[in-house]
Amino acid sequence: MVARFMSLKEAVASCVKDGDTISMEGFTHLIPHAAGHEIIRQGIKDLTLIRMTPDMIYDQLIGAGCAKKLVFSWGGNPGVGSLHRLRDAYEKGWPTKLEIEEHSHAAMANAYDAGAAGLPCAVFKGYRGAELPRVNPNIKFIECPFTGESLAAVPAIRPDVTVVHAQKANKKGDVLFEGIVGVQKEAVLAAKKSIITVEEIVDDFGDISPNAVMLPNWAVTAIVEVPGGAHPSYAQGYYKRDNAFYKAWDPIARDREAFQAWLEEHVINGGPEDFAAKRDANKA
Amino acid sequence: MVEYTPTEMMTVSAARALKNDDVCFVGIGMPSAACNLARLTHAPDITLIYESGTIGTKPDVLPLSIGDGELCETAVNTVAVPEMFRYWLQGGKISVGFLGAAQLDKYGNINTTVIGDYDNPKVRLPGGGGAPEIATSCGEVFLVMKQSKRGFVEKIDFVTSLGHGKGGDDRASYGVDTKGPSRLITDLCIMEPHPVGKQFVVTSIHPGVTREEIIENTGWEVEFADEVAETAIPSEKELQVLRELHARTAKAHGDQQ
Repeated sequence: MVARFMSLKEAVASCVKDGDTISMEGFTHLIPHAAGHEIIRQGIKDLTLIRMTPDMIYDQLIGAGCAKKLVFSWGGNPGVGSLHRLRDAYEKGWPTKLEIEEHSHAAMANAYDAGAAGLPCAVFKGYRGAELPRVNPNIKFIECPFTGESLAAVPAIRPDVTVVHAQKANKKGDVLFEGIVGVQKEAVLAAKKSIITVEEIVDDFGDISPNAVMLPNWAVTAIVEVPGGAHPSYAQGYYKRDNAFYKAWDPIARDREAFQAWLEEHVINGGPEDFAAKRDANKA
Repeated sequence: MVEYTPTEMMTVSAARALKNDDVCFVGIGMPSAACNLARLTHAPDITLIYESGTIGTKPDVLPLSIGDGELCETAVNTVAVPEMFRYWLQGGKISVGFLGAAQLDKYGNINTTVIGDYDNPKVRLPGGGGAPEIATSCGEVFLVMKQSKRGFVEKIDFVTSLGHGKGGDDRASYGVDTKGPSRLITDLCIMEPHPVGKQFVVTSIHPGVTREEIIENTGWEVEFADEVAETAIPSEKELQVLRELHARTAKAHGDQQ
């Protein structure tokens, strides 16, 4: 199956359904916010959300009632404070109860790698002397069959769908990532289906390194052109992280009514076409 | 007379702990300010690594997140996150991890997960992120944190990341062969682990701070070294570089004040 170019609405409707396990990655960089908004607009429910750093994108999905479970390793608004919608759902069950499964970054990075590699679990030197194994039954220790060393093991991450944002796709549907590439390639290769939103679709990539981070068209399900689709995250070479908006998110997310008003105005009554203006306002 | 705040004294003292040939895994917040101050003063060749995969980064402003674009643009190299944690951190290529904490005990075990019970927390904190493995895989760990009775406690509510465990040789019993927390820099003093017991001992007090203040702001029984030094005050250059860094950062992140 070769990647198909679609509208964002069509891509989400055809790839994401209620109850799915979904990974929307991007390590601070290239976070697929426009796709997150589309999932909220389509009213998809009971998702298991996987992401190393839930960030604002999952704060929005959780606050909008799309999630039943969160798998994560660092749940804050970087440099600002708490993710208030996440905490409200986890601590007070609003708007719905949220179950959590908590890991370290090393565990999740290894678990994505294992998922992409077709392994059932990831094995690494981790969680030594740490308390998470006491509260998370998905963290175990195994003995190295060669040295006897005790090693941490966690299940591989195998999402139903992975959604990521990239700088470019070409007309054949090959995808190019540049800059902080996070775990996006691993998350796409670990998943059954994938949606990639891109800043632009180009005739060809021009003069790029033979070692550039690429996903060939046959490794991707759907490609959607959404200029600015990572805002308020960023796309290296296109626009900067909107750090002022990350700070402005704190008072919005802190209050249920303020959040709902924001959601109504910018998500329910918005669309992917709104993101281009945000890109222009944060030009690199 | 040079004037400075206790936070500036802490950041400057933390920066001084780093050497020019260190390879340092940088935590966000206070560690990030200290590491970049070191790079902009006495350690211009230091390799700063952020968990977003940026190796040898030289940001002009402090990043708000560990993945701001400038970290990548000014880095020697940017690698994928699994490679960062597997080859560079787990592979033992990093000499110092610089971390902060919400709660800390006298053995340098740190909590950034919850205040209260894990399942019914009083305060749900962001969680471990990279710290559990930074704390065990880096050659040694420096900690920087403002001192208070709430933060410096006899028993932390959750062991997010291992320090010296229960003290003595306990750290090694988890199969960890790295040095662990070797320095704790606060806004009042510098502490270092006792060579045998591994509990933190005050080795240097910042100018103008009394022993009583340190005791009042610590939840465990404070030990002082036989010979306690007085920390050198920040130099005019250190203060100027730090203040300029903060001013550039505030401007870049759209602060209104």
